[in-house]
Amino acid sequence: METALKLIRSNIRQYGMFIALILIMLLFQFLSDGILLKPLNITNLILQNSYILILAIGMLLVIITGHIDLSVGSVAAFVGAVSAIMMVKHGMSFPVAMVLSLAFGAIVGAWQGFWVAYVRVPSFIVTLAGMLLFRGLTMLVLDGKSVAPFPQGFRSISTGFLPDIPGGRDIHLLTVSIGIVLSMLYVFMEWRGRLVQNRYKLELLPIPFFLIKLAAVAAITNLFTYVLASYKGLPNILVMLFILIALYTFVMRKTVMGRHIYALGGNEKAARLSGVKTKKTTFWVFVNMGVLAALAGLVFAARLNAATPKAGVNFELDAIAAVFIGGASATGGVGTVIGAMVGGLVMGVMNNGMSLVGLGIDYQQGIKGLVLLLAVAFDLYNKNKSAS
Amino acid sequence: MTDILLEMRGITKTFPGVKALENVNLKVKEGEVHALMGENGAGKSTLMKVLSGVYPFGSYEGDILFKGKACEFKDIGSSERLGIVIIHQELALIPQLSVAENIFLGNERARRGIIDWNETVLKTRELLGTVGLSESPNTLAGTMGVGKQQLVEIAKALSKEVKLLILDEPTAALNEEDSENLLNLILAFKKQGLTSIIISHKLNEIMKVADSITILRDGQTIETLRVREDRITEDRIIKGMVGRDLTHRYPEREPNIGDILFEVKDWNVYHPQQSERKVIDDVSFQVNRGEIVGIAGLMGAGRTELAMSIFGQSYGKKISGRLFKDGKEIRLPDISTAIDAGIAYVTEDRKEYGLILMDDIKRNTTLANLWGISKWFVVDDYREMTEAEGFRKKLNIKTPSVHQKTGNLSGGNQQKVVLSKWIFTGPDLLILDEPTRGIDVGAKYEIYTIINQLAEQGKGILMISSELPELLGMCDRIYVMNEGRFTGEVPRAGASQETLMKYMTRSRR
Repeated sequence: METALKLIRSNIRQYGMFIALILIMLLFQFLSDGILLKPLNITNLILQNSYILILAIGMLLVIITGHIDLSVGSVAAFVGAVSAIMMVKHGMSFPVAMVLSLAFGAIVGAWQGFWVAYVRVPSFIVTLAGMLLFRGLTMLVLDGKSVAPFPQGFRSISTGFLPDIPGGRDIHLLTVSIGIVLSMLYVFMEWRGRLVQNRYKLELLPIPFFLIKLAAVAAITNLFTYVLASYKGLPNILVMLFILIALYTFVMRKTVMGRHIYALGGNEKAARLSGVKTKKTTFWVFVNMGVLAALAGLVFAARLNAATPKAGVNFELDAIAAVFIGGASATGGVGTVIGAMVGGLVMGVMNNGMSLVGLGIDYQQGIKGLVLLLAVAFDLYNKNKSAS
Repeated sequence: MTDILLEMRGITKTFPGVKALENVNLKVKEGEVHALMGENGAGKSTLMKVLSGVYPFGSYEGDILFKGKACEFKDIGSSERLGIVIIHQELALIPQLSVAENIFLGNERARRGIIDWNETVLKTRELLGTVGLSESPNTLAGTMGVGKQQLVEIAKALSKEVKLLILDEPTAALNEEDSENLLNLILAFKKQGLTSIIISHKLNEIMKVADSITILRDGQTIETLRVREDRITEDRIIKGMVGRDLTHRYPEREPNIGDILFEVKDWNVYHPQQSERKVIDDVSFQVNRGEIVGIAGLMGAGRTELAMSIFGQSYGKKISGRLFKDGKEIRLPDISTAIDAGIAYVTEDRKEYGLILMDDIKRNTTLANLWGISKWFVVDDYREMTEAEGFRKKLNIKTPSVHQKTGNLSGGNQQKVVLSKWIFTGPDLLILDEPTRGIDVGAKYEIYTIINQLAEQGKGILMISSELPELLGMCDRIYVMNEGRFTGEVPRAGASQETLMKYMTRSRR
């Protein structure tokens, strides 16, 4: 029992927001008479929040380096608009148009990265300017009107589902199998990691807790895929998100590049004197943000089946809130991809839950603001406590 | 004229773990210029901070008597009300404000909160006149040169009806002409009856202006000299400043000096912002394999600037000169090239420039050589842990594990982590900038041992230090720097603190 308490205490910061997310879900599940966790609603939740989560990944990197990007909403709208012109007006095939759009995002990111990294204009200013500039360009490109409709193939990014293998009746068999395979893969990786840790004589989680952890993760994964399978299965966008999360978690935790980004945010001067190319790294973080903003713009346009001049308004604020709720530090150097995703889901579930309950937009805004403030205050409180 | 204006009696000030001042006495006569001298860290600035109320009454022991009355200053304001004004080493003017606004900042000419600008400007013009400035009171402080800013600081002090003016290294950042100007001004004020205390490292200046000199060493008063009456010479002052025995112990080492490892020729560097100011002036030197070479010099002599400009041009502009390693000319345009070339620079400021305090020991250890523990961009966490653990044992870093945050370590252990980081890059030449600053005696000995081991492995060590005994105890050869130039080269055999101090204070004139 004592070890359990110690474990909980040492992990409360790491898992605090995750626990909060589960509590919020249970709360709204109760308040909405069980609608929140219905397969249809879960699927909707994912589709509704996918583009914010994509932005939050890029924003996390930007915030870890100690910067901010206010322009992502406008950039998403701009790239959505450009893609609409290419596909709808000029009939370009959608894979080509998507690649070009992402390249466009990279150029936009390079433009902002240049000013931030090499001219050293504060990122707040550069991206505030970008927010206005790219909103203006969006209106210019679209001539103030919405452009629609997109080809079916493009739309399926946001609205399509993985095809099923034949044989299932009420249930999407492929989705269920993916859940089983993933949880087996997870158990295998954890077990192998434990063996390596043992070889290096590191402190190990006691066996009972280790088994509980494995069982819990496997159960949640399979429950989740089962719920999705009883509707239409895995949305395409969820597969893409999963790949992005896995990729960026790997990059940030395991690669030299990720280390350099954290070091740069932790102490720029020390990082520079240790041979980290601080300007170049900052530049590429912004290029990356541009590409992800472009991707979010495409996903949003595909979901809406239109490019509109008003697309992406306030996306940047949701993405920034997600990153901070997820435990990133405003001074840089701290934050995780998973944390940002949990933060994004907290906001997403609250949006969805409050709508289901029938709360007005006025209350929704206010409550979300308070949640952001309290989440960051809670995080700081925990940090101070562990420091002293 | 022989009344005592200020007397500080038995001042003792302790910081956690360090006794900065111990039973210090200082007597300043009315109407004199009193110099306070001593090596870096002797306690001069601390003493002045006690006097001006930066360290309030109660945080130190001892008495302060001003005009015969005991004083208990609780902040800077309460000492200023009595006319004790300090001008700090770093200029405290706000560059975006005008001269007039700066002079009366916190002391505004106002009635019921409304500033009387006419009076402010008139009064400023008058004050500027007394310090010999003809600038308009509306000039922005930031647009003036350092010398003129220093004069504005003095004008600001005068505006507070100063009785005792304290100048902490007023000429450190000034050129010759501005220094001369400032010293003459101090003498002029003296004629008008103003008493001043001046802290300076420049012997020739002190000889010119001071009536009395109080020498501090290791936080204690050594002596007070009367310049005229006692016919004091520069050598006499130096003796007072460095006269301690080599009480610190240095580990034994048999130097085994090999071929020339690293050579610098005709090195010139300009200030990054003030492009006219030459910071390093035509410096040439060499370091051999297995040799520990020292660079002595006072603060502001340009030692750190020299080291950083060599280390991947991390300081300065318009850098010119040639670098040779193992006889071959090399170019080090950026830091990662310098690291790849086998050069390491251990900074003097480990908290700001050396460590990422929020990260743990292992991450800091590997930061400069992540490729060394990576395969295909992927960092091997376990190898990182093994390497860091190895350094923890080898360098005796006192901590339960390498997962400890470096921000929670003591100064000595932090320094060992920084050393680990640079040793892990596998350097041939290590430039150590004040490697034992702010470290207790025990840890110092350990760091010296590490440095000796590195030299034994055939690496070249270039060691910058402000502690002369340390240089004398460790180095095979010592270069002396002043005002951006090398003013002397002393082999271990011929080195003494007196000779070093003489070169350190040798000016261009």
